[in-house]
Amino acid sequence: MSSTEVVLRNAASLAKEPLIDPSKSYADVTNDVCDPVERFPTKLWFKAFMVANIVMFIGLFCMGLTIATGIGQWGLNRTVGWAFDITNFVFWIGIGHAGTLISAILFLFRQKWRTSINRSAEAMTIFAVMTAAIFPLLHTGRQWLAAFWLFPYPNSRDLWVNFRSPLLWDVFAVSTYFTISLVFWYIGLIPDIASVRDRAKNKIRKTIYTILSLGWTGSARAWNHYETAYMLLAGLSTPLVLSVHSIVSFDFAVSILPGWHTTIFPPYFVAGAIFSGFAMVITLLLIAREVLPQLKSYIRHVHLENMCKVIMLTGLMVGYAYGTEFFVAWYSGNEYERFVFINRAFGPYGWSYWTMVTCNVLIPQLFWSKSIRRNLKAMFVITIFVNIGMWFERFVIIVTSLHRDFLPSSWSMFTPTWVEIGIMVGSFGLFFTLFLAFCRVLPMIAMAEVKSVIHGAKHEEAHK
Amino acid sequence: MKGIVGIFKDPDQLLHAAEQVRDRKFKRFDAFTPFPVHGLEHAMGLKRSFLPWVTFIAGLTGLAIGTGFQIWTSAFDWPLNVGGKPFISLPAFVPIMFELTILLAGLATAGVMIITCGLPNLKAKIIDPRLTDDHFALFISSDDPLYREAEISELFKKAGANEVRMV
Repeated sequence: MSSTEVVLRNAASLAKEPLIDPSKSYADVTNDVCDPVERFPTKLWFKAFMVANIVMFIGLFCMGLTIATGIGQWGLNRTVGWAFDITNFVFWIGIGHAGTLISAILFLFRQKWRTSINRSAEAMTIFAVMTAAIFPLLHTGRQWLAAFWLFPYPNSRDLWVNFRSPLLWDVFAVSTYFTISLVFWYIGLIPDIASVRDRAKNKIRKTIYTILSLGWTGSARAWNHYETAYMLLAGLSTPLVLSVHSIVSFDFAVSILPGWHTTIFPPYFVAGAIFSGFAMVITLLLIAREVLPQLKSYIRHVHLENMCKVIMLTGLMVGYAYGTEFFVAWYSGNEYERFVFINRAFGPYGWSYWTMVTCNVLIPQLFWSKSIRRNLKAMFVITIFVNIGMWFERFVIIVTSLHRDFLPSSWSMFTPTWVEIGIMVGSFGLFFTLFLAFCRVLPMIAMAEVKSVIHGAKHEEAHK
Repeated sequence: MKGIVGIFKDPDQLLHAAEQVRDRKFKRFDAFTPFPVHGLEHAMGLKRSFLPWVTFIAGLTGLAIGTGFQIWTSAFDWPLNVGGKPFISLPAFVPIMFELTILLAGLATAGVMIITCGLPNLKAKIIDPRLTDDHFALFISSDDPLYREAEISELFKKAGANEVRMV
């Protein structure tokens, strides 16, 4: 082999894998992405939607029961006052973080591979935050009075909420996060909705999409402002997403409870949120690719592989945090702190701790292998393990820190009732119902952005 | 909105056509593209968007509201001793000050952008449905003082327009 051949071969192996099927034209993008919105859904989509619906109704029934009779329906007791509901809340809020990371942070870093997946990841964020918000609301017990506790409004008693409480910071953080994510998602959707509008044959359809598109025409003068606004929103969302899970972690870290009172929580929670969120994005996209096969040319192995790499990195960060927590518990010399951590790993809930470590730290290491990072079935299984692990992480933090407090006479155990389990399972039904409905009514891939990636790729080709 | 429109299949041809239209000192013209074509704002001679100022001022307003409201309710309207903390516990007010900064900045940016783009405009004239798919258009309004149909039509065709028509 001559040296030129070696150089050429090396160059070929370094050449970037195309992000979009190179045979696709602009019109193909429009046709492929709008197709699922315009035709009768596939059988597989319908089946998935029905399953999600049934599961959602189980959850709604259990929520109804909780609202009608009170949270005595749950397995909480005097010692363990937070358990399943707060675990689910933190879990779902965390899921949302990957969406904002993909849509905002990767945008600012000019990562072009985000364009195929950002729309669905942002939708996931919004649905995950909606699902999450149910739990603290249910936990208030008398949900119809929630506004009185949660929002500062002028009321007949002239009382204000306590602005020094992390629980209130949480209300502001989560509602701001939801609002800004929704706005960002919608702004991104406007040009694509206009594409759907211009293809609509049916009058009712045309009217609906005209209203949703606000009458966008693709004028260059409008694009000029639009792109600036999009970048500004990305810039605002970036610190926002880091603040949200930090503030969620303050719910614990600001307390004086051993196991919760620790300064490592904000970065540890943010890394964990991105970790679980990326796992959920992969799970959802693998399902979406199956039920809407047109997407396979856009959501390719290269996108999924990149996300696996993020999972591996954040998984290592989470594993490092677990180690640091143990080290600090020992190094602090505080016997209560030390007890909590030994109890966490070797006490009655030790099985949940080791489930967490196995799912979050050990299993994602499989992604070091390139063949596993490109194997869709393996990826599906691993990402589900990651989500199980991340659910258990929150359960471990909350329940094991609470169940054995300073007074051994008040030690107790927490066992969930079927109502709590029903609400948790139902929350997945709600989330998947919303996501599958979204796949049917709105363009699931950011067409305008994908087209500009194709345009950029053509230019790169021309300059070779 | 009346005038002449040239429809292109290639965004690069549109860019060159836009440069010529700009250089001939047309004022009332616009381009329509399915995605933001980079360099078009320069080719058309558009100024940078003023939106960052909106974001900045709205963000400062949010910060001021967040700070002022928390201090007013906690220290003046109903001072309540919570765990012996000072009435104005500034560090504890930081999270909500931050959130309101982002909230107002984000909402104002999006809202002002929509209004600046002339939206919502549900009766907006759609020149051609392919312009949100894979075609690109350059439009010159008949209000423009330099408007000469034949000349512009010639210019568009030379630049590579597939179709030139009156709208």
